[in-house]
Amino acid sequence: MNEALNEIPVLSLLVWLPLVGAVAVALLPRTMSKTLGLAVTLATLLLGALVAIGYQADGGRQFAETHEWIGAFGVHYALAVDGLGLLLVLLTVLLVPLVLVAEWHLVDDPEGGGARAFVAWALALEGLSLAVFCATDVFLFYVVFEATLIPAYFLVGGFGREGRGRAALKFLMFQLAGGLVLLASVIGLYVVSAQAGPPSYLLGDLEALDIDTEVGRWLFLGFFIAFAVKAPLFPLHTWLADTTEKATPGTSVLLVCVLDKIGTFGMIRFCLGLFPEASEWATPVVVTLALISIVYGALIAIGQDDVLRLIGLTSLSHFGFITLGIFAFSTQGGSGAILYMVNHGLGTALLFLAAGYVIQRTGTASIREMSGLEKVTPVLAGLFLVAGLATLGLPGLSPFVSEFMVLLAAFDYHWWVGAIAITGVVLSAIYVLWLYQRTFTGPTPETATGHRDVGVREIAAAAPLVAALVLFGFYPAPLLEVSNPMVEDLFAQIDVTDDPPAVDPAEVEQADGEQAEEASH
Amino acid sequence: MEFIKPTLEYAELSPLLIVFGTACLGILLEAFLPRGVRRVPQITLAIVGLTAALIATVVVGLGLDTTTDDAGRTGRGLVGAEGSIVVDGPTVYLWGLLLVFAIGGALLFAERRLEGGVSSFTPMAAAAPGSDTEREASTRGLEHTEIYPLLVFAAGGMLLFPASGDLLTMFVALEVLSLPLYLLCGLARRRRLLSQEAAMKYFLLGAFASGFFLYGAALVYGYAGTMSFTGINEAVHAGTESRGLLLAGIALLAVGLLFKVGAVPFQAWTPDVYQGAPTAVTAFMAAGTKIAAFGALARLLYVAFDGERWSWQPVLWVIAILSMILGAVLAIPQTDVKRMLAYSSVAHSGFILTGILGAQSIGMLAEGQYSSLTGVLFYLTAYGFSMVGAFAIVTLVRDAGGEAGAFNHWAGLGKRSPLVAGAFAFFLLSMAGIPLTAGFIGKWAVFTSAMSAGAWPVVLVAIGSSIVAIFFYVRYVRLMFFHEPAADEQAAVAVPSLLTSGTVVVCLVATVALGVVPGPVLDLVVGAGDFIR
Repeated sequence: MNEALNEIPVLSLLVWLPLVGAVAVALLPRTMSKTLGLAVTLATLLLGALVAIGYQADGGRQFAETHEWIGAFGVHYALAVDGLGLLLVLLTVLLVPLVLVAEWHLVDDPEGGGARAFVAWALALEGLSLAVFCATDVFLFYVVFEATLIPAYFLVGGFGREGRGRAALKFLMFQLAGGLVLLASVIGLYVVSAQAGPPSYLLGDLEALDIDTEVGRWLFLGFFIAFAVKAPLFPLHTWLADTTEKATPGTSVLLVCVLDKIGTFGMIRFCLGLFPEASEWATPVVVTLALISIVYGALIAIGQDDVLRLIGLTSLSHFGFITLGIFAFSTQGGSGAILYMVNHGLGTALLFLAAGYVIQRTGTASIREMSGLEKVTPVLAGLFLVAGLATLGLPGLSPFVSEFMVLLAAFDYHWWVGAIAITGVVLSAIYVLWLYQRTFTGPTPETATGHRDVGVREIAAAAPLVAALVLFGFYPAPLLEVSNPMVEDLFAQIDVTDDPPAVDPAEVEQADGEQAEEASH
Repeated sequence: MEFIKPTLEYAELSPLLIVFGTACLGILLEAFLPRGVRRVPQITLAIVGLTAALIATVVVGLGLDTTTDDAGRTGRGLVGAEGSIVVDGPTVYLWGLLLVFAIGGALLFAERRLEGGVSSFTPMAAAAPGSDTEREASTRGLEHTEIYPLLVFAAGGMLLFPASGDLLTMFVALEVLSLPLYLLCGLARRRRLLSQEAAMKYFLLGAFASGFFLYGAALVYGYAGTMSFTGINEAVHAGTESRGLLLAGIALLAVGLLFKVGAVPFQAWTPDVYQGAPTAVTAFMAAGTKIAAFGALARLLYVAFDGERWSWQPVLWVIAILSMILGAVLAIPQTDVKRMLAYSSVAHSGFILTGILGAQSIGMLAEGQYSSLTGVLFYLTAYGFSMVGAFAIVTLVRDAGGEAGAFNHWAGLGKRSPLVAGAFAFFLLSMAGIPLTAGFIGKWAVFTSAMSAGAWPVVLVAIGSSIVAIFFYVRYVRLMFFHEPAADEQAAVAVPSLLTSGTVVVCLVATVALGVVPGPVLDLVVGAGDFIR
């Protein structure tokens, strides 16, 4: 199987299929747009599954393809996946078809750009995001990293609520500003690479470079700032709430659950991978920012009245957790962070979709104006509750495992770091449960009595997410088997030797055991 | 005194000779053909002549020999016309580029469908605006066909400018390229007072700048005792007492050239001229003048004043930083699309200067690293295609008063004409330097050479002003796609003939191709090598 896949450029297919699909959707008649788009995303999902089946769990970068792209700059078209890349690729190929199904009717909105534009931009975003997760050449990564913003900009600006144009501009300005800071570092890498020999942007060549300490720190800063805007991290997060508030829930899923993962993905692959010394040097500041994000994000989420804004801000808190796990410099933290990325993607996607269903029925996103929906739409209430409980990290659902690992790593790093981080867990219980209580319980107003419960299409979009949340909640081993070797490779390569954190397979198992135990209660 | 017959390398100089010959022939046509039938022969002559020169350029480029100069530097090409014209790799590349844009300019000049069967140039330039004579000329359907020979003369000056081998030739080229442009700027059919004001302003300031250049040339001659760049270079390396003379000379020469590229603080003419001139002229001028002038600036600084690099580099730092910041910041409040593009071109001058100041001697470049000239040439290519394409689209977007320059008239254009709005958005994104467009590769190239030369503060400023620049470019994208137009202020896209639409399509294809697969063109630029001496 693996040999057969290595024969064909499977990653190129994975990247180009949605891009070609996007062009086809844009050119073919409007009546076909949605069907064709869904077919392309499902084919991509199939390809992603093939890659997952062919992937050897023992780590390393696999399915590598390398071709020269711009010889004069030392730039290659180079793709490969490692454990981290694979998990994010799978998350992406899973979420995009679900978004299309969930937004099936919304995209017909005559006010917006119509179904054809939505589907085409979503496919373009999928292809470019997959390229980001597979790129093993820094220049290629930068190009697709920036290029994702164009479809994202049109998705935010073209579909959604009043004021989306302004929100889209704010989103784009933040992201491009971060991207240009990154450009400075990418250029700096070329100079460093050219001083050491023939310039090359291949990740493998750059990792072998011996970068001067001070230069490394400056370059790290450029990479980190760009990823902190993307992820986002306090104080560069202000675009997040505005964007999720104005965009459609489907767009928000693509942005927060797929695109923003590039930030934390980049922190692991580039900040840690290329500048390990600088990453350790920056740890105190980064950990502080992560802690502020966790607590601040949760606190302001509690005070929100707009349900989509609230969900956007919970992600600030979650990205704080992920960053904390990454910069705790332990295999546990690293593995936990990777797992957290996947689980956050699943849980938050479900929450956005469910909130979208609610808004479609009530016609408002204001929590104050909703009440007692539980009685008229019990299944929707159930979906919303599952998503909410996943978000607050209930044992038995997958986010619990990763949150637990990150917290362990945080306590391992320093007890007060763990102590502050754990308040985020408490606050998340408040914002989720209070949100549920205000919208779904209480007296049902007369205007709400006519709402119908979720239909087959809506359930079809949500069911895979629920299934994945429950499955990986009880049995996270498949995810860990993929992420652990990758994290171990990374730490071996960057030579984290001081006070090596025990790999603790026992502890991981124990955590699983505990969680299974708790769930059975 | 013995008379030496000058030898000319006719084969290598053929592109220049063809272009100047075409221009003279155009004048003869103007003199001998009756007024009514001049148009088609003039257009045909201009386009055939420029195309023949382009073919000759390709042939010359393929046949360039490798030479080695006294200092052991190798390059491709020869020093011709008794040392006054240098035909080397960069020259030939710039010739090709300039001729492509000259052909594009000629096609835009010839467009007639947009104004309802007449060209966008005034029927009678000598008539006072609004007078009866003008009205009569307009009803009789008169047309100035001199614009085609003028364009070809300007193109000839542009070709000669970066190829000059001494200061006098460079000055002559400067005037030959400028004078026809001053005239062309004043020939707009609509808003004639604005157009004449632009021409006047351009002429006065341009004449002033030429004076600076000439005085600088005199001072440098006083220092070096020669006009030729090679001789000046030797004198600089030998070093004599009167270094003040040299530095003042460099400064004055630089003023003359920086005026032509529109760098701060010599940018004052750009917005008015870009706005007032007929848009087809603006398109040709924006691309052509900048390419030629940057080629000349690079040759002057790299060949003649290479030994004084430590003196002129800091000055260029300051000018590049000022141009980028002021160009980007002043573009924000502009409410006219042509003025916005003009200020953005000032910012682009700053970006290209960033590449020019990244000069390093060959020994300092790592193996496999490209030179700063490569970056500059690529940037000019990318910039030219986006600018010509963008201005060509500006000619298409019209309302009751002709071209719709005002910002708010463009609202909602994306819904009415998605293709044209999409193409315009793409050109803007290329100018903003978004990846997968030509502009990004160009920016990367010039920033990298500046960074390699240790000019990281300039690169940081460049990145900062890129962020600002993105804001005003994206504002147009937002306006076109996400804004509802006010009912009475809608601009619509006029259907052009193949002349304009073909130019737009070529520019669009080039901008995409240079962004996605820049390899072949980069190899060409790298293969062009360095200036020879």
